[in-house]
Amino acid sequence: MLRLILSRLVAAIPVMGVVAIFVFLLLRLSPGDPAAILAGDAATPEMIAAIRADLGLDRPIWEQFITWAGQLAQGDLGKSVLSKQPVAHMIGQRIEPTISLALTTLLFAVIVAVPIGIIAAWKQGGWIDRGIMALSVVGFSIPVFVLGYILIYFFSMKLDIFPVQGFASLSEGLLPFLERIALPTLTLSFIYIALFARITRAAMLEVLGEDYIRTAHAKGLNESTVLVRHALRNAAVPIVSVIGIGFALLIGGVVITETVFNIPGVGRLVVEAVLARDYPIIQGVILLFSGVYVLINLAIDVAYVLLDPRIRY
Amino acid sequence: MRPRHFRQLVSVIGLSIGLGLLAGAATEAVAQDKKVLRFIPHAGLRITDPILTTAFMSRNHGYMIYDTLFAVDDKMQVKPQMVEKYEVSGDKLTYTFTLRAGQKFHDGAPVTSADVIASLARWGKNDTMGQKLFSYTKEWKEVDANTFQLVLKEPYGLVLDSLGKPSSNVPFIMPKRMADTPANQNVPDEIGSGPYRFVKAEFQPGVKVVYEKNPDYKPRSEPPSFTSGGKVVKVDRVEWTSISDPQTAMNALIKGEVDIWEQPAFDLLPELKKQKDIEIRNLQPLGMNYMLRMNWLQPPLDNVKVRQAILHAIQQEDYLAAQVGDPDYYKVCGAIFGCSTPLKTEEGAVGIKKADVAKAKKMLAESGYKGEKIVIMAPTDLNSINQLPLVSAPLLRAIGMNIEVQSMDWQTLVGRRAKTDPIDQGGWHIFHTAWGTADMMNPITNAGVKGLGKVGGFFGWTEDAVIEKLRDDYARETDPAKQKAIATAVQKRLYEMVHYIPLGEYFQPSAVRKNIKGTLPSPAFVLWNIEKN
Repeated sequence: MLRLILSRLVAAIPVMGVVAIFVFLLLRLSPGDPAAILAGDAATPEMIAAIRADLGLDRPIWEQFITWAGQLAQGDLGKSVLSKQPVAHMIGQRIEPTISLALTTLLFAVIVAVPIGIIAAWKQGGWIDRGIMALSVVGFSIPVFVLGYILIYFFSMKLDIFPVQGFASLSEGLLPFLERIALPTLTLSFIYIALFARITRAAMLEVLGEDYIRTAHAKGLNESTVLVRHALRNAAVPIVSVIGIGFALLIGGVVITETVFNIPGVGRLVVEAVLARDYPIIQGVILLFSGVYVLINLAIDVAYVLLDPRIRY
Repeated sequence: MRPRHFRQLVSVIGLSIGLGLLAGAATEAVAQDKKVLRFIPHAGLRITDPILTTAFMSRNHGYMIYDTLFAVDDKMQVKPQMVEKYEVSGDKLTYTFTLRAGQKFHDGAPVTSADVIASLARWGKNDTMGQKLFSYTKEWKEVDANTFQLVLKEPYGLVLDSLGKPSSNVPFIMPKRMADTPANQNVPDEIGSGPYRFVKAEFQPGVKVVYEKNPDYKPRSEPPSFTSGGKVVKVDRVEWTSISDPQTAMNALIKGEVDIWEQPAFDLLPELKKQKDIEIRNLQPLGMNYMLRMNWLQPPLDNVKVRQAILHAIQQEDYLAAQVGDPDYYKVCGAIFGCSTPLKTEEGAVGIKKADVAKAKKMLAESGYKGEKIVIMAPTDLNSINQLPLVSAPLLRAIGMNIEVQSMDWQTLVGRRAKTDPIDQGGWHIFHTAWGTADMMNPITNAGVKGLGKVGGFFGWTEDAVIEKLRDDYARETDPAKQKAIATAVQKRLYEMVHYIPLGEYFQPSAVRKNIKGTLPSPAFVLWNIEKN
């Protein structure tokens, strides 16, 4: 196991290197000029040129890359072009809302989706199964921003249960945290509940047809023991795989939810940085995302080994 | 799980929840003790240096933490602010200023003449009016800690107007150690002597800015008026929270999670007006102006006859109706220095009010235009101006022009408009933008009337020695009546050569909860004098 983890981590280094080169070149070749943005609307070309020189943007691309790669090798992601704050600090400010939202969404989705997926498989073809599958289609189909506004309308504007927007850190207290995270979590969970429920159902159906399940029934084990201990455990590999991918998607893909609920997460940070051509932030966040993907894939592989002893790497 | 372990788990969870609730309650209690004004600005603050950039966010932030030597009242008269008194020598070459006693920066250091001179020197490198003032300046002299002098090379009519300039770049006064930062770099700190202190620990660029009342600030005794007078702070803390989604911003205001929304979207105003706890207030009475800017370096727009044909194809009402919609919030206006400023005049303002397609077609035919492609850059993501190019395109096609609208985000446009290259190498012909009237209310501040071409000119690079001569005459003139006559001549010349086409004036109201009293109309958004009941 340790060898697996170490070999994957070592293999991640060239992956991150390729990502770094690709992101750097892509940004430098795309239109837009951070110096012009920094200077503002009334700036003269001379002023923009002076700022560009100060930022080093007038130097050849390879020279800029070497400077950045040198900083990166020392663990320095650089500073924001606009705010002059260290990128690592800015990511640090924004990562908690994103991780919190991803974890609460995942937790809620798993708690709801896995049982209903099991029930759907257990009652395959019946009205419960059809109802759950129909709901999962609805869950897939409703755009996140539509659902977000609907939930805000009812739970915030009409019933006055939750605030409309914002994020409260856990350090501000559990209640403020839950108050602020509840609606975004609910909004974002819908699609993941639908996804996980369908995957759980499919994986369970495959397993429920196996001989050992028939044997378990023949031994007289009760239904819940058969479903949970025998079937679910063997169906867990694809479910864990999808949950892992879901977490990775949540880390990088919650920008719409963050915008609707005004959550200052990493998704919004990177979109704002793209719009402002704040190169160091974009580079830093994409490197972070790629690192997260590498780690999640590693975690999924480790989970496979733990869940299914037959799997070897 | 054994029952004993389960009980332990429940106890731990219960304890965590209890502590969490207590912490939350404590935070809430602390927050309730203080009067906190919550404000949604028009964008997120990222650049905290209001001299480095002309961005309005940075300017408004500047007004929170810095102070100015002079400021303007609601009649656009320049009034002393940090200055106690000033004298002008008989030959109008020496201005002697004395600072108000007891002014302190937020780090406790006194405000001195050295700080003022360093701050103005830095401002003079970046700001249009500052550059002009410094071109007439022989020297700034420190007489003592509270007194300093400006010695001019020749009489200059805009000394006080420059020092009291209300909009970007505002000559804010910083500590010398900050003001010594090169003008093309961000200042390393946020220390001013203004009515609020910047809370650095809580600053999240683009998300949240927090200010606390500056207990050491000594407001002037005069009532507040525009950016002048007593800056009395009546709340303990101001929080700027950037909310990018207009619907969310509106919901947050209705729910009372925020108190003021600086720039509600025009299409949400009818809904906001229905709310019993919300008022729509025009806090920026000078308004804003739309502009169509052409690139004089690019054929065929290097031909004045083509530009004049375009001028006659345009009518402001079309733009204003498409972009603003509600006539309560816009005004057809041919005055290039604003329709509510001392220099307002409609003289020379031809075209724009009613398009004359036949005349424009005739002028275009006479110009020698041969159907060359005209590239209009269209920013799709900037809601405040994104309709303007879409109005220009059919108006210009109607007179026979070959128009290509190229969609892009605003920041791509900002980068691309600095290019002087030919069209096939990324160049451009036309872009649209908007300016605060406060930024264009005289021939020196209005970047669109500069005739400096590629050296010091605004994008589009209009090169016009006649208008430059007029601008210099205006700067030298000290008699307001004569200044107005020169400004009128500038306007006539602008329309004649078509430096740019004014597309009308509009007013961006703010949405404010009714329990917020004392909001001040001003050329910039200012947050002193406000009470929260």
